[in-house]
Amino acid sequence: MKNRRRNTLFFIILAGTALCSVTLAGGLLYEGAAAADFAQKNLPPCPAHPFGTDWMGRDMLRRTLAGLSLSVRVGGLTAAVSAAAALVLGGAAAAFGGWVDALISWITDLVMGIPHILLIILISIACGRGLWGVTIGVALSHWTSLARLIRGEVLQLKGAPYLQLARRLGVSRGRLVKNHLLLHLMPQFLTGLILQFPHAILHEASVTFLGFGLSPEQPAIGIILAESMGYLTTGRWWLALFPGLSLVGAVMLFALAGERLRLLLSPATAQD
Amino acid sequence: MEPILTADHLSVAFTRYGRGLSRIALSALTDLSLTVDAGRVTALVGGSGAGKSLLAHAVFHLLPRNAHTAGTICYDGAPLTPARARALRGREISLIPQGITYLDPMMKVGPQVRRGRRDGMSRARCREILARYGLGSEVEELYPFELSGGMARRVLIACAVMDSPRLIVADEPTPGLDSQTAGRVLAHFQELAEQGTGVLLITHDLELARTVAHKIVVLREGRTVDEVPAALFQTGEGLTHPYSRALWQAMPENGLIVDREVSVL
Amino acid sequence: MILAGKNLTFRYPRQKGPPPVDGVSLTLSSGERIGLAAPSGRGKTTLCRLLAGWERPQAGQVLLDRLPLAQYRGFCPVQLLWQHPEQAVDPLLRLGTTLHEAGPVDRGILDGLGIRNSWLERYPSELSSGELQRICLARALGPGLRFLLCDESSAMLDLITQAQLWSFLLSQAEERNLGLLVVSHHAALLERVCTKVVSWAELVESSTSPGTAGGCG
Repeated sequence: MKNRRRNTLFFIILAGTALCSVTLAGGLLYEGAAAADFAQKNLPPCPAHPFGTDWMGRDMLRRTLAGLSLSVRVGGLTAAVSAAAALVLGGAAAAFGGWVDALISWITDLVMGIPHILLIILISIACGRGLWGVTIGVALSHWTSLARLIRGEVLQLKGAPYLQLARRLGVSRGRLVKNHLLLHLMPQFLTGLILQFPHAILHEASVTFLGFGLSPEQPAIGIILAESMGYLTTGRWWLALFPGLSLVGAVMLFALAGERLRLLLSPATAQD
Repeated sequence: MEPILTADHLSVAFTRYGRGLSRIALSALTDLSLTVDAGRVTALVGGSGAGKSLLAHAVFHLLPRNAHTAGTICYDGAPLTPARARALRGREISLIPQGITYLDPMMKVGPQVRRGRRDGMSRARCREILARYGLGSEVEELYPFELSGGMARRVLIACAVMDSPRLIVADEPTPGLDSQTAGRVLAHFQELAEQGTGVLLITHDLELARTVAHKIVVLREGRTVDEVPAALFQTGEGLTHPYSRALWQAMPENGLIVDREVSVL
Repeated sequence: MILAGKNLTFRYPRQKGPPPVDGVSLTLSSGERIGLAAPSGRGKTTLCRLLAGWERPQAGQVLLDRLPLAQYRGFCPVQLLWQHPEQAVDPLLRLGTTLHEAGPVDRGILDGLGIRNSWLERYPSELSSGELQRICLARALGPGLRFLLCDESSAMLDLITQAQLWSFLLSQAEERNLGLLVVSHHAALLERVCTKVVSWAELVESSTSPGTAGGCG
C-alpha cells in the first residue's frame, strides 16, 4: 500500500518550493515587469518571450510571475489573518457561551449571508481600493466557515469526559488549553489555513478583474486578465491563456496540498 | 449438523504510522478458528481488545483500508470473497453492530427496518418484529435521535432479523438493555436458531453466553484458546484450559478470584 | 469524612421529559462501600456526575464534610471512574502524559494495577479498554482521594481484568479507608464488593422522609 504520509510530505515540499520560487522570482522581476519596449510589442510566444508580449511590449512571463507573486503574498497574508480571526472568534464563542456566543454567531451568519464577492467589493471600496483594500476585504470575509468549525469543535471538546476528568483531577486551565484544546484544533486550523489560500487568491484576482481591486499599474493577474479581454477578439490569445493557466496552477497546488493534508489529519483516513 | 460459517486460522493486522514516516504493523488477530453451526448459538467470549469485533468486521468485509487479513472464512461451504459478502450481507447474513450510531440518522425507523420497501407484507413483518422487542408501531415514525440507547439497540436488532437471515452475527447486543429486554432478545436468538439460523454471539459477558449459547469459543489476545460446550461453564467442572478456568473463577458469583498464573502474562 | 448529596434534582439544558435525577439523597461515609442497582436510563450516571462535581444540581446540594464540594480546588477528593475508559483519556495524548498530567502517580499503584511502562509510550487507540481503565483508576487513586464513584466501571471489561481491578481497589479502599459508590446492574458483583446495596427507589424515598438519614445505614 502507498505510504500516504511520505506522498503528502513530498507533495507539500514540492508545492511549497514551486510557490516560493514563483514568489521570489516575481519579487525580483517586479521592476522589469513594468518596463515597456515598443519595439517588441504584440509578439506571440517565442524563445525570447515564452509567454509573448503585450501591446506595450512588456514581457508577459515577467508580468505573470510578478502578478502571481503578488497574489501569493496577498493570499498568504489574508489566509493567515482570517484563520487567526476564526480561531479567536470561534474559540471565544464556544468558550464563553451566552451573549458572546450569540453575538459572534450573529456576525458569522451576517457575513456568510452576503455573497463573498459583493462583500469584498464593498470593503475594498470603503478602504480606498488598492492593495490594502483588497487584502482587508478578503481577510474580513473568509473567516466565517472556519470559525464555525472551530466553535463546534470546542463545544464538543468542552463536553468531552476526558476534559471534565482532567479538570477534576486538578489540571490547571492553562494546561487544559495548551495540552488538549490546541492539540485538537490544530488539524482543522492547519487544513483551514491552507484551503483558505486558493479562495483568497481567486477572490483577489476576480475583484481586481472587475476593477474594484488593485490599480492598473500593478502587475496583478486580475489586471492582466481584464486587459487581455480587449485583445482576445484580435487573436492575441497568449495574453489571457498563460496568465490564466498559471493562476489555475497556483490555486490547484494549494488546493491539492490542503486536500492531502486533510486526508492525512482526518481520523477516518489517517491510517490509509 | 452442518457448519454455516467457518473461520480457519484467521489473522488481521493493521499498519499504522509510527513517529515520522515509519509504518508499523500491529497484529490484532493472530490465529482465530471457529465454526458456527446452523441451528445453534455459538458464543465468542474474550476480553476487551482480544479482537472479537474484528472477526465480525472481517466476515462482513467492513475492516478499514489499513487492515490486512490472512486465513480463510467460508460461508455455506464456499469461501466468502468480498464480492460474495457484499451480495449476501443484509440478506442471508446480517450483522448487529456494537455501536448504536450505525443507524441512518436521516431515516425514520420504519423505512430503515423495512429497507425502504412499502408492500403490505414488509410492513406487517416490520410491525411484528418491533412488537416482539416491545416497541409499538409509533416507533416506526421516529428518527434515531429520538430513541433511547436501549430502543436504538432493539431497532438495530430488528433490522438484522427482518429478512430471516441464515446467519446472524451479534456484536455485544445487550449492553444498555435492562435484564428483561435482554432476556427477550436472547430468547429470540434461541428461537431463530431452532428454526435453523446460525447465530454467532460476540460478547465479553460469560454469564450471558453460558445461558444462551450451545457452544462457547474462548478468545484471548487474538487467538482462540478453547472451544467447549456451554454447559461446562455452568459448574466449572471439566474446563481443562487454564484460561477458561481462570475466567470461570473470576466471575463474581464464583468468588471474583484472580488467578495469579494467568493474570501475569 | 462524609459525602452527602441532599435532595438533588438535575436536568440537562434543553432536555425534555422529567428530570433524570429528581429529589435523590445519598450519604456515603469513609470506609463504606454502597452498591446501587437500578434499571438503565434512571439517572445513575447523572447522579454520579453530580456527586463528583461535574454538574451542578438545579436543586439540592452536594456536601463533603458539610462544605459544598464546589469549594474544593485542585485534585477533587471525590473522583468518578467513568464507564467507558476510551472516553476518559485524550485520544491525542500519549498515555504517559495523561497518567502523570495532574501530578506523578505513585509507583506502587502502577505496579499494583499491572500497568506496564511500554503502555505509557502509546496512544489510547493502541490499548484495550481494560488497559485504559487501569490507567484511569491509577489517576483517580491520587493521594487526595477520599471517595470513588464507580459507574459501571467494569461492565465493559473481561472477567479477569474485572477481578484484578476490584481486588486491587478493595485492598486500597481498606488500607486508605476510602468510601466507594458502586453502580452496576450485576447483582453478584455488588454482593461481592459492597458493604450494603441500595435500590434507586430507596434513594428517592429517603429524601422525602427526613427521619431515615439518606441511604446511610
